[in-house]
Amino acid sequence: MQPTYSSSRILLPVRPWFIFLSLIIALLLNFLPTSHWPGVPDWVALVLCFWSVREFRRVGMGWAFVLGLLMDVADGAVLGQHCFAYVLLAYLTASLSRRLLWFPLAQQALQVLPLLMLCQAVQLAMRLLVGGDFPGWSYFVGPIIASLLWFPATFILLLPQYQPVEQDPNRPI
Amino acid sequence: MAGIDHAPPPFFKRGPAPLALLTLYIAISVAIFVVDLRMHSLDLVRQSISLVVDPVQRVAQTPGSLVDYAANYLQGRQVLEAENKALKHAQLNTAPDLQRLAQMEAENERLRKLLTVKEREKAQGQVAQILYTARDPFSRRVIVDKGQQSGIVAGQPAIDEAGVVGQVTRVFPFSAEITLITDKDQAVPVQIVRSGQRSVVFGLGNGQLELRYMPANADVQVGDVLVTSGLDSIYLPGFPVAKVINIERDSAYSFARIFCAPIAGVENFGELMVLSPRAAMPPAPPEAKSRAGDGGSDKGSRIKKRRVAKAN
Repeated sequence: MQPTYSSSRILLPVRPWFIFLSLIIALLLNFLPTSHWPGVPDWVALVLCFWSVREFRRVGMGWAFVLGLLMDVADGAVLGQHCFAYVLLAYLTASLSRRLLWFPLAQQALQVLPLLMLCQAVQLAMRLLVGGDFPGWSYFVGPIIASLLWFPATFILLLPQYQPVEQDPNRPI
Repeated sequence: MAGIDHAPPPFFKRGPAPLALLTLYIAISVAIFVVDLRMHSLDLVRQSISLVVDPVQRVAQTPGSLVDYAANYLQGRQVLEAENKALKHAQLNTAPDLQRLAQMEAENERLRKLLTVKEREKAQGQVAQILYTARDPFSRRVIVDKGQQSGIVAGQPAIDEAGVVGQVTRVFPFSAEITLITDKDQAVPVQIVRSGQRSVVFGLGNGQLELRYMPANADVQVGDVLVTSGLDSIYLPGFPVAKVINIERDSAYSFARIFCAPIAGVENFGELMVLSPRAAMPPAPPEAKSRAGDGGSDKGSRIKKRRVAKAN
């Protein structure tokens, strides 16, 4: 697979354990006590979105559902809230994945933003419907930051696949 | 046209169609959302998932607590000395009251026995450490480090050194979730100390509380202290809850809007005391079988009557 369709570089196939590891690290980042700071992105949503664009056959709605369930329990939220949002996100990104990679990174980030925003808005709507408390507009800053993080996320998460097939000890990368 | 009704070869199979999967998962999500919210019958599922998530969450909390620890360690000796002095001073201030408390309690008990009044319940409990605030931005809850292993059950009230903080709402094997009194629509039955009037105070979700259903001409003043009334079977009477900070009386509405601020350090981190559940209340007396006039069947009028009785 190529990083983008305009690139001539061919990537190595992704390793399943790396996908798993990156999702676990995203969960850990979500569990950090930084969640009450304004503008902290939902790391799981970002990484899930990334992998369901890149590897929609491996990371699909099943993963999204399980991660959503874990997030619900960890958050003390109502069960099903994150599940709904993540499953929707995984479906939409998987259906966009064929198109998204034709664009340069900046335009990819621009297209990911409404999806992440929708993911937050769905959760907000679900909780407001059942009498939750409105958390303030800073709730929507997170997705904007997350879509800006699309650049570093792409770089970091594709890094293992950039390695050459034949290792050269004199030229490690 | 032979072969058109053949199934595709197995290496093209990719499972169910995405839209079908989406519908299935969304249906499950909505189902567990409703069941969890309305029937609370998924607690076992939540507890078993929390067994997996809880260790990870504690690992994620360690960097923050290490920084706290380091900050404490590096705190100057002078600061600690000043704090120590202040604490000693505070202890000395409360000493006269505390020393006489035992004698007063004994006296109170004796007098209550003389009057054949039921004895006062004693407050007992266990100290718990707040681990972190729950991440859910739609509610106000904290997680403490005592759970089923320490015998915590849902419903127990939690207090700090100043007043009521909240109530245990969910219990996990090694932790428990406390909903703060400032959480939206979290209710605490209270009594105004000055006038003795009873009411219920509700959380607003923005850090304040509201005393609802008080008539516009009710005897409430800014600065009034609200304490638990003990009329439920959860909170013992007499714990400070909130202080009235603002009253809006508008003659267009039948109720005054009374805003209060919590007395306890509700948003602070630290230790709190989870009080033991209260002794079982005596069973409510049976309702009178027949009432003059309405025959006791009209629910609406009965509620109206009860409200009138409350207002008086």
